[in-house]
Amino acid sequence: MVKFEVHDLNVWFEKAQALKNVNIEVRQNEILSIIGPSNSGKTTFIRMLNRLNELNPHFRMSGIVELDRLNIRNTDVEALRKRVGMVFALPLPLPLSIYENIAYGIRMHGLKNKAKIGQIVERSLKQSYLWDEVKDRLDESAFKLSGGQQQRLCISRTLAVAPEVILFDEPCSGLDPISTAKVEEAMLELKKEYTIVLVTNNVKQAARVGDRTAFFLSGELIEIDTTDRIFTVPKDQRTDGYIRGRFG
Amino acid sequence: MRNTKRTQKIAFFLMLLATLLIVVPVGMIVVIIVQKGLPAINWQFLSDIPRQGMRTGGIFPAIIGTIYLVLGAIVFALPIGLLAVIYLSEYSRDNFLTRIIRLAIVNLSGVPSVVYGLFGLALFVVFFKFGASILSGSLTLGIMILPIIITTSREALESVPQSFREVSLSLGASKWQTIRHIVLPNAIPGILTGTILGLGRAAGETAPILFTVAAFYLPQLPKSIFDQAMALPYHLYVISTQVPNVDEKVRYGTALVLLVLVLFMNLVAIIIRYRFRKKKKW
Repeated sequence: MVKFEVHDLNVWFEKAQALKNVNIEVRQNEILSIIGPSNSGKTTFIRMLNRLNELNPHFRMSGIVELDRLNIRNTDVEALRKRVGMVFALPLPLPLSIYENIAYGIRMHGLKNKAKIGQIVERSLKQSYLWDEVKDRLDESAFKLSGGQQQRLCISRTLAVAPEVILFDEPCSGLDPISTAKVEEAMLELKKEYTIVLVTNNVKQAARVGDRTAFFLSGELIEIDTTDRIFTVPKDQRTDGYIRGRFG
Repeated sequence: MRNTKRTQKIAFFLMLLATLLIVVPVGMIVVIIVQKGLPAINWQFLSDIPRQGMRTGGIFPAIIGTIYLVLGAIVFALPIGLLAVIYLSEYSRDNFLTRIIRLAIVNLSGVPSVVYGLFGLALFVVFFKFGASILSGSLTLGIMILPIIITTSREALESVPQSFREVSLSLGASKWQTIRHIVLPNAIPGILTGTILGLGRAAGETAPILFTVAAFYLPQLPKSIFDQAMALPYHLYVISTQVPNVDEKVRYGTALVLLVLVLFMNLVAIIIRYRFRKKKKW
């Protein structure tokens, strides 16, 4: 089943074109990895899916992005972002306690029942394998956690609002290999319930966790296929060059 | 090699000298005012009305008047300034109109205080018929400190990392929820700094209250915001220049009380700010 469908998407920031005629679909319960060098439009692309690009006053677009066959430009933006969560490149805890970081989203959506909030916080922290490490210090500032723990906190925070799709924007770029492995493990587990779009600078990461992989270059979608095929028999020689590390 | 070291020593010495030069006048003001004013301070001075043509007695009505005026100015300027700042820095886009508004705010802070006084006289005292009253004086002082509050609060809002806003929005929070729960709590220390600066300015200015509220001699406390009131800076001016044969220690005593009052109000705001800063977690 198709979750996101993107048709003829063009994006500009002022005069610079960030995405050129992109057509792509995201399927339910898959991990779609997006690889490509810096400035290839990967991040711009996933920020289209939760309409975060619109915060930039210079943003302009053409084309259509559909979630479950509905144009996301016509849906309520807060409701959309509730359904499409995001984990950012750097661990970005809010300046709140560990507990309040997780509870923030559901509180903003109007949940007041304390027992219910507590349950969701616990469940979300367990889903990102963080619960055992923080269960005795939930009232401490989230900034006291290590980088890897902070990133898993951010994953829990996204899960707490019960999204359908989770966008990961280079989630491991600031993490050491062990923390990276933990985040990847969490992603593979999450795939069962969620649809995941993963932007990554790390080609090997795409090979490890992605069901399908898309290669972006200079704002264009060069190639998209199953991860196996992209990494064994890429059709485009630029894809081949990139995954072999010849440029990027 | 030796030359660069010597240059560095000279530069270092000059910078130290400049820094000390800043401290000297502040220290001297405090020392002289305390030295000459302290003998005047006693319970009667603080709690009694002025007597014998303001040569003896106390300055209680002026203290109360100044407190009312400062509080009135803050009550008026802080909410308006804050709402304007939130609009300007969070909602408005950069266009011709907002640039005009920003320019107006910058210019507002450059207007001499006596011009505010005349403006207050024309608008509040005469046009709105508030008369010379605490209300007119507070509003005039409020307009005067508005640019201070706006400028510092805007810096405070803009210093909250954009990434916090993105995270909050990405979780499905609305723009207002983001401002209310993420941006404002983290901007409060900076907003309070602006308020502190505004407080001090409002308490010390003479010109804006000259035509709008200040009574030359009013040996009773104001009963409503439509009453005139005495105020410390104007009282100080009066007993220093308009009334002959006022004892020096009464004048310096009044100055000392004004100084302590401003410092005390600042201290309260600084303590509140410190509390909030301690909570800041990034």
